[in-house]
Amino acid sequence: MPELNAIAAIAGRDLLKFIRDPGRLVAAVVFPFVMIFLLGGTLQLNLGQSAGFNFIGFTFTGFLGMTLFQSTAQGLSSLMEDRQNDFAQEVFVSPVSRYSIVFGKIAGETLVAIMQVIPFVLFALLLRVPLTPLHVALLVPVALLSCFMGGAFGLLLLNTMSDTRAANQIFNFVFLPQYFLAGLISPINVLPWYLAVLSLLSPMRYVIDLARGVVFSGTPEYSRVVLLSPATNIAVLAAMFVVFMVAGTALFVRRETSR
Amino acid sequence: MAPAIEVRDLVKRYRKGTVNAVDGVSFDVEQGQFFALLGPNGAGKTTTISILTTTLGLTSGTVKIAGHDVVREASAVRREVGIIFQNPSLDMNLSGEENIRFHAVLYRLYPYRPVYRLMPAGYRHQVRDLADVVGLGAEVFKPVRRLSGGMRRKLEIIRGLMHHPRVLFLDEPTSGLDTASRRNLWQYIRDLRKQRDITICLTTHQLVEAEDADRVCIIDRGRVVAIGAPHEVKVELVQETLHIDAADRAALRRRLVALQLPFNEDGHFVVRLNGRTAYEVVQSVEQPLTMLRTESATLEDAYLRLLAGEDA
Repeated sequence: MPELNAIAAIAGRDLLKFIRDPGRLVAAVVFPFVMIFLLGGTLQLNLGQSAGFNFIGFTFTGFLGMTLFQSTAQGLSSLMEDRQNDFAQEVFVSPVSRYSIVFGKIAGETLVAIMQVIPFVLFALLLRVPLTPLHVALLVPVALLSCFMGGAFGLLLLNTMSDTRAANQIFNFVFLPQYFLAGLISPINVLPWYLAVLSLLSPMRYVIDLARGVVFSGTPEYSRVVLLSPATNIAVLAAMFVVFMVAGTALFVRRETSR
Repeated sequence: MAPAIEVRDLVKRYRKGTVNAVDGVSFDVEQGQFFALLGPNGAGKTTTISILTTTLGLTSGTVKIAGHDVVREASAVRREVGIIFQNPSLDMNLSGEENIRFHAVLYRLYPYRPVYRLMPAGYRHQVRDLADVVGLGAEVFKPVRRLSGGMRRKLEIIRGLMHHPRVLFLDEPTSGLDTASRRNLWQYIRDLRKQRDITICLTTHQLVEAEDADRVCIIDRGRVVAIGAPHEVKVELVQETLHIDAADRAALRRRLVALQLPFNEDGHFVVRLNGRTAYEVVQSVEQPLTMLRTESATLEDAYLRLLAGEDA
């Protein structure tokens, strides 16, 4: 129970920081508007007919998965920010387990990421993406799984970085290729073999495909949009989560005490 | 009762280091003592404190805090210590109270609630009482970034004491504070020692802050160069001197040589007492003196001479 309280306090701090940052709040509304209204709308008008599926729904699910995954992963880098501005000392000298610190950070960044995707869902409903209450309800566990996956991935990346400047460079290097390999805004049903291999290694691919599996379920477009069954996506994500989490936490704890 | 702090042959070499940052340091601190770890910048003070507070692993040696081993029982050690870091470790995005609440929950004192009003009454009383004691009052609810440097330090001390630690580590606690804030802070720490049986371990290079300590340990380049009560360190390191002069300097010089007293001539005679009292020496000299003055070193004199000697 004390560890759960500590996890809640660490998560609550992250959420409070997000709510108090006007820049991030504005971005959380403007970004979905640009991506769904402008990009999704334009793609639907120009390519929707020939692709044979709803491009607004395709773009919505792409950015939904990407935001959940990437926001949580990048949020983990605030552990490094804390280390740089000395707040981390306060956390690390406390009797809280290092694992609780990591879980608290992932839980906090999950809450932040979910807050960020609420405008996405509202814009999608406004643009008549066929989302039923059941779809929205199913998107909640999908969102949680996507965030946990992002958190574990971010934790692993964190161990390769020395400061926040390096973190930004590494994040750009790691996430940008995944936008294309995971089919964020363009279908990846057909890829040359080497890109297909890289695509299979991209965690973001499974996150986005899982979201599409939910949103497009029961539609005639399902087979043209969704690559793997939700069960397969969940199994791959669960396996990746365990590997990234165990390796990332072990490296993180070791790095914090064995300088 | 186990010593509050027990350090044996502590060695720390950083992963990319070519020399030991801490090189065979040993000392004990009894419960309730005020212990000062002195040394110039880079001497290994913060590294030692970091190991003692479990935020840094050691290379070899043993360290126990309140009887708990810092490696095997890190969690128990963390419950026994409070620390005021060299660099402020407050979250500037939160209010003072939110920083305290975060700490109180991490130290398992109270369950987490997202707002102050929902926190247990015991917590709210404790925060208000501590805020009043250090003169923060309602300022404790303001965002930390709007508080002065002195206020922030006090806030860190309130936070560090919330869980009633047996050992309070103060790592250069007055760095960056103006004179008034520094004096105010030390008064608060003195009052605190009167009220609680708390062991204080201070690291500083401000010698005046260590004059009140029960014991001081001077380290340089990772090694202990002197340890003991401030007056013992002074006696050990710097001789008391007697400054004398006489109309017949040649006779006085001959007499000092005959008495086998070491001395320098610097416009007058500066005689090292070598354990004798000034009275004994003056009586032995037997010459009519035209000047008589004793000089007792401050801890700072001892410290500076010691470090100068190390460099030589």
